[in-house]
Amino acid sequence: MRRLGQALPAIVLLAALIGIWELYVDLHDPTFSLVLPAPHQVAKSLYTDRGLLWSNFLVTAKEVLLGILVATIAGFLLSVAIHFSATLRRAVYPLLVASQAVPVVILAPILVLWLGFGLLPKLVVIALVSFFSIVVTTTAGLAAVDPDLLKLMRTFDASRLRTFWHVELPAALPGVFTGAKIAAAVSVIGAVFAEWNGSNSGLGYVILQSLPQLLAARGVAAVVILSLFAIALFSLLTLAERLALPWAYRAREEHPW
Amino acid sequence: MPAKGARVEMIEAPPEEPRELKAQDAVHVELVSRTFRTKRGPIQALAGMSLRAAAHEVVVVVGPSGCGKTTLLELICGLQRPDSGTVRAAPAALMPQRDLLLPWLSAIDNAGLALRARGASREDARRAAGPWLERFGLERFERTRPAELSGGMRQRVSFLRTLLAGKPVLALDEPFASLDAITRQDMQGWLAHVLVAEPRTVILVTHDVEEAVVLGDRVIIMSPRPGRTVSEIDVTLPRGARRRTDPAVVELRERALAALGVQP
Repeated sequence: MRRLGQALPAIVLLAALIGIWELYVDLHDPTFSLVLPAPHQVAKSLYTDRGLLWSNFLVTAKEVLLGILVATIAGFLLSVAIHFSATLRRAVYPLLVASQAVPVVILAPILVLWLGFGLLPKLVVIALVSFFSIVVTTTAGLAAVDPDLLKLMRTFDASRLRTFWHVELPAALPGVFTGAKIAAAVSVIGAVFAEWNGSNSGLGYVILQSLPQLLAARGVAAVVILSLFAIALFSLLTLAERLALPWAYRAREEHPW
Repeated sequence: MPAKGARVEMIEAPPEEPRELKAQDAVHVELVSRTFRTKRGPIQALAGMSLRAAAHEVVVVVGPSGCGKTTLLELICGLQRPDSGTVRAAPAALMPQRDLLLPWLSAIDNAGLALRARGASREDARRAAGPWLERFGLERFERTRPAELSGGMRQRVSFLRTLLAGKPVLALDEPFASLDAITRQDMQGWLAHVLVAEPRTVILVTHDVEEAVVLGDRVIIMSPRPGRTVSEIDVTLPRGARRRTDPAVVELRERALAALGVQP
């Protein structure tokens, strides 16, 4: 009941926005809904196109989950490498920032030419957009370990590796989760862009096909599903963090938002 | 003769020092100076600081805040090197000013961290730490994480972690500064008893004169920065049985305060 009370403002705001949207479309002449579908049309599409949307959702979901997994593993390994080598950090960090400025819209078709029409170019695009946040938060976590703690480990004769294993690695894990949570939202955008090039399935592909077919409602329905998916992914990661790192969760409590 | 300023590890000592070492100094700091370069110019932390501690002696260093006490401990632990002067010390383990317990480890795993740092398995570390937690009155909190422990318990776990490092010298950096007054008095009494039962060479720094007189065999008064010894007070009272209100303790406290330049 308390949780419902907390969610109430968001529900009221969403309902109000949908209401305004519905009114706005209804006040125009019927052809306007070909440009901007009304919420009730979107809801109708969610129902009538459910088979199509579901099968394409499965494709996108698989790409996103694999993409985040690849990005997390690669990002984590790179963070550790950067943590151990200041030279590597100085070499890699500028390139990393630069890679984020490359528009995915341009990169995606090139990757299709290069890597073909399969899963691989999609994974690369998704991993590329998700990777950065994971590297930044994990590296920050590794670097934020109290220097006094490192001194303490030195008086305990701990090797560099054991200090990493017992002190720095656990301290960095919340950063990995933070990075993955940020990645959850952007990876969905990455998936859509990836599917706009050289694919014949996925919700991004559905969106791309719906608009020229004057099926705007279906396109918006796909967007709604993508948004819900991002929220679900974020919540899932929050839950996983809570279970895996209860000591880190305690400090923050309640609001995952 | 070792190079000037080099740290020499005199002995690979077991946790229990052999008695025959008693005559020898476990810690020997002589005319040590240390200057840090900072953005705002050099800061001299220590200028000709000297200190000796015999085996199993508890030496308490008192001085105003920022007089270089922490630098002194880091020199003794081999974490820094002096610019000039000599530091010779048997291997020393640090107990940092804040407890710095790892939030993801239970009390028993925090206590055994030094053993894990040397490669012991989790089970072996727990087997070694378990009886100590019991002795320290923490047996019900073995599996409790630091966030759920009281300040006094956290300090006890932190001290145990340093003790289990198995070094003959313990370097304690204001171990009770973060505690409230009542808990601090409790913990001072507790530490005095632990050190009677488990003798170690202890260098303890504090800015609390009463703590110094209650815990130390010898009290070293440091000057404001740059730190050096201005006075040494021998406390000949038996450790573990001193009361704050004893005339002898009060008299020593007044002497220490006078040496620090505090007006009565």
